[in-house]
Amino acid sequence: MASEVHAAEGATGYIIHHLTPLHFGEGFWTLHLDTLFFSAALGGLFVWFFKTAADKATSEVPGLVQNFAELLIEFVDNQVKDSFHGHSKLIAPLALTIFCWVFLWNFMDLFPVDIFPLIGSLIGIEYLRVVPSTDLNATFAMSISVFCLIIFYSIKIKGPWGFAKELMFQPFGPWLLPFNLLLKLVEEIAKPISLALRLFGNLYAGELIFILIALLPWYIQPVLSFPWAIFHILIITLQAFIFMVLTVVYLSMAHEDH
Amino acid sequence: MSINATLIGQMITFALLVWFTMKYIWPPLFDSLEERKKKIADGLAAAEKGQEQIILAEKKAIGVIKEAKEQSSEIVTLAQKRANEIVEESKDTAKKEGDRLILAAKAQIEQEIQQAKEGLRQQVAELALSAAEQILGAEIDKAKHQDIISKVSNQLG
Repeated sequence: MASEVHAAEGATGYIIHHLTPLHFGEGFWTLHLDTLFFSAALGGLFVWFFKTAADKATSEVPGLVQNFAELLIEFVDNQVKDSFHGHSKLIAPLALTIFCWVFLWNFMDLFPVDIFPLIGSLIGIEYLRVVPSTDLNATFAMSISVFCLIIFYSIKIKGPWGFAKELMFQPFGPWLLPFNLLLKLVEEIAKPISLALRLFGNLYAGELIFILIALLPWYIQPVLSFPWAIFHILIITLQAFIFMVLTVVYLSMAHEDH
Repeated sequence: MSINATLIGQMITFALLVWFTMKYIWPPLFDSLEERKKKIADGLAAAEKGQEQIILAEKKAIGVIKEAKEQSSEIVTLAQKRANEIVEESKDTAKKEGDRLILAAKAQIEQEIQQAKEGLRQQVAELALSAAEQILGAEIDKAKHQDIISKVSNQLG
């Protein structure tokens, strides 16, 4: 089912085509238009849905939309209450946004791998990669934002000196200061990297397997893609959940004063 | 597969989404949830209170019914007593009335007897006088012997 343009390049060409983003610009100033467009569209979908629910929010008997929104709100709120013991107006909405947005990103994975590129090729778009979480830029954008919040709250709650002390004197006391600093820096920097790469890796691999299945003869495809898609429903939810919970945990660690 | 300016664009989108959620989505939904929780709790408390009140009201009702029963039986007793009294009274009145009627009748009878006696006396006196007149003929002057005649009629009385 590979498009004609890359048919000549065979399987490798097909895979590469599917994993090449629609880009614009050169060098660092390249923009992945598909990632930007689809993540913004999905973000818009998320915001629209919840705004609809919020506008009609009532403490009387809720409607279907409000019910579903409240289900998610309550779920996120419970997760936040479990791991975060401080008081913050930001963390719960942040967690909700992360969970829903990442889930919607990942959900794009469940659409047949060729359908969007096919539509794209019909309107003259040559490359189209619809799952934003298979773009490192998207996952890193989120994890770096979270990392900035971790640093911001660490300094805000513990004070600049308190945060510096934590970096220098823990876990081995003042005599091993350089070692402590190195360890702490690695620990801190590992947070955004692990967040971003975990999500990216899972979804990239998942998408790759869908592409590989799409290369097989049509009569084998359903046998493989059906169980993989069902398994993927679990994966996409789980990855969204992990991203959210780890964000909450990291931020609650930033709030804890030792 | 390189990091590029897309990252910045995504960060901006993310920041906007988080800001919007924080400002316009989370508070109303969360508040409505909390409010509903409170309403449900209030409702449950009210239901419990209502149940307690029902129990209290039942107890009260039982008391009232008991009291009413007592009162009604008291009233019935009183009424029976009063009825007996009335019967007694009316018996008395009737007896008195009867007695009075009997007395009056007796008096009337007496009076009539007297009248009859008087009439009879009169008639006997007249009879005796006419008999004596017939016996004595013109010898007796009615005016002269008036005393004797009235004496006789008195004796007859």
